[in-house]
Amino acid sequence: MSATLADPAPSRLRLGLRAATIAVVIALAAMPLLNRLPVDSAFHVSDFLVSITGKWICYAILALAIDLAWGYAGLLSLGHGAFFALGGYAIGMHLMRLIGPRGSYGHPVLPDFMVFLGYTELPFFWWGFQSFPYALFMALFIPGLLAGIVGFLAFRSRITGVYFSIITQAMTYALMLAFFRNDMGLGGNNGFTDFKELLGQPLNTALARSSLFYAALLSLVGVYFLCAYITRSKLGRVLIAIRDAESRVRFLGYSVTQAKLFVFVLSGMIAGLAGALYVPLVGIINPGEFAPTNSIEAVIWVAVGGRGTLIGAALGAFSVNAIKTWLTSVAPDLWLFALGGLFVAVTLLLPRGLLGLVRKGDR
Amino acid sequence: MKGNQLYLDGVTVMFDGFRALNNLSIIVEPGEMRAVIGPNGAGKTTMMDVITGKTRPTKGTVRFGDHDLTRMDEAAIANLGIGRKFQKPTVFDALTVFENLELALKAPRGPFACLRWALGGAARSRIEQVQDEIGLTARAGDRAAILSHGQRQWLEIGMLLMQDPQLLLVDEPVAGMTDQETEHTAALLRRIAGERSVVVVEHDLEFVRALGQKVTVLHEGTMLSEGAIDHVQNDPRVIEVYLGR
Repeated sequence: MSATLADPAPSRLRLGLRAATIAVVIALAAMPLLNRLPVDSAFHVSDFLVSITGKWICYAILALAIDLAWGYAGLLSLGHGAFFALGGYAIGMHLMRLIGPRGSYGHPVLPDFMVFLGYTELPFFWWGFQSFPYALFMALFIPGLLAGIVGFLAFRSRITGVYFSIITQAMTYALMLAFFRNDMGLGGNNGFTDFKELLGQPLNTALARSSLFYAALLSLVGVYFLCAYITRSKLGRVLIAIRDAESRVRFLGYSVTQAKLFVFVLSGMIAGLAGALYVPLVGIINPGEFAPTNSIEAVIWVAVGGRGTLIGAALGAFSVNAIKTWLTSVAPDLWLFALGGLFVAVTLLLPRGLLGLVRKGDR
Repeated sequence: MKGNQLYLDGVTVMFDGFRALNNLSIIVEPGEMRAVIGPNGAGKTTMMDVITGKTRPTKGTVRFGDHDLTRMDEAAIANLGIGRKFQKPTVFDALTVFENLELALKAPRGPFACLRWALGGAARSRIEQVQDEIGLTARAGDRAAILSHGQRQWLEIGMLLMQDPQLLLVDEPVAGMTDQETEHTAALLRRIAGERSVVVVEHDLEFVRALGQKVTVLHEGTMLSEGAIDHVQNDPRVIEVYLGR
């Protein structure tokens, strides 16, 4: 435990924060149930609110992934949207395979876009995706592998700071261009959509929707505890030390490359999981998910909530997206200005984010 | 086992044609304490960088016992038992005094080992012992960011102690200290030297005199003079470099 002899007892604010977090999780868990109430009930929650909250839960998982890498190890990735999208594509490939002969062209194996493009057989990288466990594994493995390769090359060459951020941004941009190409065999421009079922359940039922919602919520809680376990371990302290004085950590005999690689790969995998949960919920994945702005927006969620706090990252994902949903419906043209303004305001006025207001003594 | 000799032979470091070290040769025997002095730009810090793997020599041999240090990275050299204290104290501001020492404690360094690490009784008492030695017991739970300059220096020395190195490299330990802090630091260094080899780089001749050890004088990247402090202080070449021209 990070608690040392002289660690002060948790303050009242901290206890309050913990209680508030638990209350929020319980409220989230109740949403699909309240959705079943009659529409005229005072406690009824609309379909729209449930579905958008499900999306935000996935975003919160992505935010935790970014906070683990950025808030603790100081790795500001501007390409986490790529890991998210790759996880989404892996599950999307599974969902496409499950459509089977129900596609417009009625081909027993090939998805519609392949028939349209004149494919006669399934490309090798689509093999195995009819299996859900395999697709789920790939949703974690491919983002982890990409994070491992990019991280290994960058950390071994001691690329840090803004240069690392630029490399990750270029990575997601390059992937976006690649995925836009039709001959990638991944749906090109249109991506994947029109999914029918998952795990034997038709996706358009209330049961499927609430199951996906609960899968996301459980994952959020699980990922939070995993991140909390890591950041409270000695490894967490090593990561903070790397963030603040990297070369000193080397002279203590720690391999900075290994520690960074561990956290970056894990973070990429968590982002992949978030994408895998997201795609069945929203019913579509296309190359737009790789857009550099998505990655930057996700970093802003973490900055707004408070980096290096975990809870703050999740809070930031929910609050910024709530503002986005509201503002894009009342004044869509203002959203990007508001996002930029929010980032500047938080950096200047709340360098430790919303959570910095509560947790004064944190690091 | 604390029996490795530090051996530098013909070490040259070139930075864009400038010779930071020029054919430098130094031997530090096991258990020896050595003071290295010299004017600014004499190559003292570059010498430390070469020993700890931060800088690769252009030419020459750097060995610690049987190990060729020119082929190892910083972490591997640190794990070999060579600890370094920087000129500017670098401790981890966001961590407490206790946590700083815990990170330095000799223990498996891999990410997975760190993840599973649990602070045992022996480790805890070792940390508390060092905390006491450097006079920071009362500050155990304070973050390093709020320590005074002198306390940060001591914390860094404490971290070196936790590493239990065979060879300690100490860069200007008393720069910016009050007289009282300087005295305390000299005493601390003499006490921890014990059976370790220690190389102290210093500007301050009075401090070097207080340590009372063999002295090497560097000038323009090469060794100018070596011997007892009185010997080097009377060496005409040293006088010229320090006072002359």
